[in-house]
Amino acid sequence: MNCIIIDDEAAARAIVVQLCSKVPELDVIDEFSSAIDAIKFLNQQTVDLIFLDIHMPGFSGIDFVQTLKDPPKIILTTSDTNFAIAAYEYEAIVDYLVKPMTLGRFEKSIQKVKNTLSKQPKSENRESASSGAGEDLYINIDRRLIKLKFNEILLIEAKGDYIEVKTEKESYRVHNTLKKIKEKLPEGIFLQTHRSFIINFTKIIDIEDNSVLIEKNVVPISRSNRPELMRRLNLL
Amino acid sequence: MEQPNLSYIKELAGDDIAFERKFIDIIKQEFPLEVAEYMGLINKDLPRSAAETVHKLKHKFNILSMEKAYVFSVNYEEELRLGHTELHPKFTAILNHIETYLKTI
Repeated sequence: MNCIIIDDEAAARAIVVQLCSKVPELDVIDEFSSAIDAIKFLNQQTVDLIFLDIHMPGFSGIDFVQTLKDPPKIILTTSDTNFAIAAYEYEAIVDYLVKPMTLGRFEKSIQKVKNTLSKQPKSENRESASSGAGEDLYINIDRRLIKLKFNEILLIEAKGDYIEVKTEKESYRVHNTLKKIKEKLPEGIFLQTHRSFIINFTKIIDIEDNSVLIEKNVVPISRSNRPELMRRLNLL
Repeated sequence: MEQPNLSYIKELAGDDIAFERKFIDIIKQEFPLEVAEYMGLINKDLPRSAAETVHKLKHKFNILSMEKAYVFSVNYEEELRLGHTELHPKFTAILNHIETYLKTI
């Protein structure tokens, strides 16, 4: 099982790495001190399991779970058992480990994950982490399929029967709708700010009352979309 | 005062001496940074933000098998969220005690 660890504390991550090293099936492929960095990673690569600290400043573990479109299995690591119990409403969350973790409890948790995975029909099991599925999007321009990496896209603007996909280097005019492209984009990094605009959330430079700056593009924020934008911000 | 120790780390490490050493290095590096962050926030009279740092520090107490200090800091974290800083001197004493200990390992 390929797994990643998300915790803002280096010591806590080191403990999980050490516990994982004692379970032969587990392969820690990366670790992250922030949920935002993990989301970027997960847009490039799939994993089987995430060890997720529930209490992180700004973007909490629960915020993180909510942003994932197709989450892998998740084990929460926490000292706040009340939070952890509430988190069980999310199907992806298999168990929670209270810090400081012991090997015995850790192994039980991994067994729970294995049991859950074995109960899933094979077609529902996630592909292995090396598949790289879901990291990019192909757009049709003059019968040519052009590959765009999600992290290169700045924003998408609806323009009548077309949408304009702006990347850091170029803009592409595609005969499609904003609704259709939205379904293809990972929710973790893309956000609709207006009926005519979807932005790459990670490319925001600043936000004013009714607009957001993405590189040199000023994008409007509608009143109905503003609460979701504000919810996602790591607001001080 | 309750004495910090490495029993949890040693149990986790088993015979993996490299992990034990690496982990001690992480604690020695991370702990003073969190203490400095906490002190800075208290000095700026930002108790609610300081609560977030206490949350991290209390995990270090756990790792160093300091159960009483952990229980104390759970309560202190809640107090800070309410804007109360009266327990700061006692918390500082725990931090100083750990800092002294970390210099010996």
